[in-house]
Amino acid sequence: MRKIWIGVVAVAVAASASVVAADTTDPKAVKSDNGKYLDKDGNPTFNVAADGTVDWYTYSGYRRYHSECHVCHGPDGMGSTYAPALKDTLKTMDYADFLNVVATGRKNVSSSQDNVMPAFGDNKNVVCYLDDIYVYLRARANDAVGRARPAKHEDKIPAIEKAENSCMGNK
Amino acid sequence: MRKELVATCVAAVSLMGTGIAYGNEELLKLSQDPKDWVMATGNYANTRYSKLDQINASNVGKLQVAWTFSTGVLRGHEGGPLIIGNMMYVHAPFPNTVYALDLANENKIVWKYEPKQDPNVIPVMCCDTVNRGVAYGDGKIFLHQADTTLVALDAKTGKVVWSVKNGDPSKGSTGTSAPMVIKDKVLIGISGGEFGVQAHVTAYDIKTGKQVWRAYSEGPDDQILVDPEKTTDLGKPVGKDSSLKTWQGDQWKIGGGATWGWISYDPELNLVYYGSGNPSTWNPKQRPGDNKWSMTIWARNPDNGMAKWVYQMTPHDEWDYDGINEMILTDQSINGAARKLLTHFDRNGLGYTLDRATGELLVAEKYDPKVNWTSGVDMNKSSPTYGRPKVLDQYSTDKQGEDHNVKGICPAALGSKDEQPAAYSPETQLFYVPTNHVCMDYEPFKVSYTAGQPYVGATLSMYPPPGETNMGNFIAWDGKTGKIVWSNKEQFSVWSGALATGGGVVFYGTLEGYLKAVDAKTGKELYKFKTPSGIIGNVTTYEQGGRQYVAILSGVGGWAGIGLAAGLTDPTAGLGAVGGYAALSNYTALGGTLTVFALPQ
Repeated sequence: MRKIWIGVVAVAVAASASVVAADTTDPKAVKSDNGKYLDKDGNPTFNVAADGTVDWYTYSGYRRYHSECHVCHGPDGMGSTYAPALKDTLKTMDYADFLNVVATGRKNVSSSQDNVMPAFGDNKNVVCYLDDIYVYLRARANDAVGRARPAKHEDKIPAIEKAENSCMGNK
Repeated sequence: MRKELVATCVAAVSLMGTGIAYGNEELLKLSQDPKDWVMATGNYANTRYSKLDQINASNVGKLQVAWTFSTGVLRGHEGGPLIIGNMMYVHAPFPNTVYALDLANENKIVWKYEPKQDPNVIPVMCCDTVNRGVAYGDGKIFLHQADTTLVALDAKTGKVVWSVKNGDPSKGSTGTSAPMVIKDKVLIGISGGEFGVQAHVTAYDIKTGKQVWRAYSEGPDDQILVDPEKTTDLGKPVGKDSSLKTWQGDQWKIGGGATWGWISYDPELNLVYYGSGNPSTWNPKQRPGDNKWSMTIWARNPDNGMAKWVYQMTPHDEWDYDGINEMILTDQSINGAARKLLTHFDRNGLGYTLDRATGELLVAEKYDPKVNWTSGVDMNKSSPTYGRPKVLDQYSTDKQGEDHNVKGICPAALGSKDEQPAAYSPETQLFYVPTNHVCMDYEPFKVSYTAGQPYVGATLSMYPPPGETNMGNFIAWDGKTGKIVWSNKEQFSVWSGALATGGGVVFYGTLEGYLKAVDAKTGKELYKFKTPSGIIGNVTTYEQGGRQYVAILSGVGGWAGIGLAAGLTDPTAGLGAVGGYAALSNYTALGGTLTVFALPQ
């Protein structure tokens, strides 16, 4: 099952690459820095190995998304009756915009809708995992990971753990 | 301040003396007239039963839409309208519009109330900006707004008589539940279990809005209003600091135990009943102890708030089995003896029946056979674990620990049933229960608390029980024995409050948008009609001009709309959601409408 699915994803990515190239940067990882993969512009991105193993950030982002974000945006970035599908939003929203919206929130209130996203700027459970959530959603937007929990992931290396503890204030 | 308050309460109690305790006499009288629907729950007992029988099992198939009304709001529409004489009061989600309609004059809008609220409250409302309805009493309509303002409106004009702030949205408190008028007070709970709110039920004076008492779900005895000697837990005094002893340090201050469910009342026993919700955070490792009195059935004196008895259903919650669901009060015989009963269908998948005078536990059985986190509740009165559910290690997210994904737990966090209230018919002596048939994987991890920010600490994914193609059932339940009598499959969770009637018909709504009528005895489907949007509202009936009407608010949303809009996560397939994984968004779209049915003339 897994193999078929990866095949489909590979085709989808290849097919969409030329179409969306104008709007988004190439998500392909060109280097890795302490377990975090970066694209050619130096922005965080996902890395999915041939056997389906995802990078730590994609996996961690899956977990953090389903704690902090899914109660409004629905499971797996699919959207809900309440908030938009981030697997679509991230097709056009770049890294800087993403950080800005999560940190400061956004409001779309009119007579026909009342969409309000809170500012998460002082919420450590979000801020300490901004790159994780971004990388996961970027992978979803590029169909690099499916709806389910990634089955295999790279290890959490000590450098990531150290940065996490320092951000969260854990001893 | 606290001492003063207690002194006032004591004075109030002694004034009441030994005289017969009445509810609100006007409301008691009105609620006995089946032509009206005077409280969100139908009556104080929360049975959601109406004696009206013009629409019955043999003619309900001819039902037609009599009239409709748009609320002008797109978000999820929970609850239902009130009907008092010729007036109908319809509420909506944020911005919490209330309309008064004249049923004797072409349903014309007599008045409209729309509060100005800071939209910053919207994202603090975990899982949609729902509101479960208004209350009536003393010539006023009471509304608990999203921003926690409890407002009293003149029922004739819609003018504000008084208003009071019940919480602080900047700290995560919000208003979603329907107030309940009892005697000369308005009782109201609060939402915010996912924001670390120290939740409470508060009584306000019906004339002035002045706070009379406030009872927290966790904290020191004088905050939770228990008497260490007189308040009992399964027949025994709770003892001193019964809540504080079950939390680490000051964690009770952000302990949750939200109170956004329905309130019921027994005028003869003079006790109010409600459930407190999940402890905060969802990561059980972070809050060792039983976390009392979260997840608890409360029986309190409405005059002063003092607890008569408590029963904690899920000590030290590990799954977000938010215990707020309604308490339905019935008088039935068990083993030949007449009992005053309380029946409660908890999120944890167990249907409980207790003696509502004493809090004695009589029945605790699974109302969905797939429930697997517990092997059952210890019913042995001499056992040290009497009344506690036996938790299976493989489904214990605490035992498995942080950063461990526990798979296949049934039910999911949305519970075998959520807030959507069940109904009870005294004729069949059966409960009619809208249920969810969904399981989950749950992984807790460490989180930090920031005031006004979500305080969750677990990742979860939901799916139907293995091998099942339906996400819901509508069941009939015998509360005396704890057994399912019949069960109808529904593709989606049933998120609509049921209605039982003297016509032998039971009504409920579905998430696709159907209003359905089934035979009360057999469950056989007798009628269905697809309303403009998915139904998470509660069915209501009333009589006007000699005709019986059935009313339902449609408008998909709420937790159901968030969790099910895109379909559940199928861990084994990436393509095409079908059957139990179907996407609700393929069946219905947003929009609030009241649809009212009647038989052809």
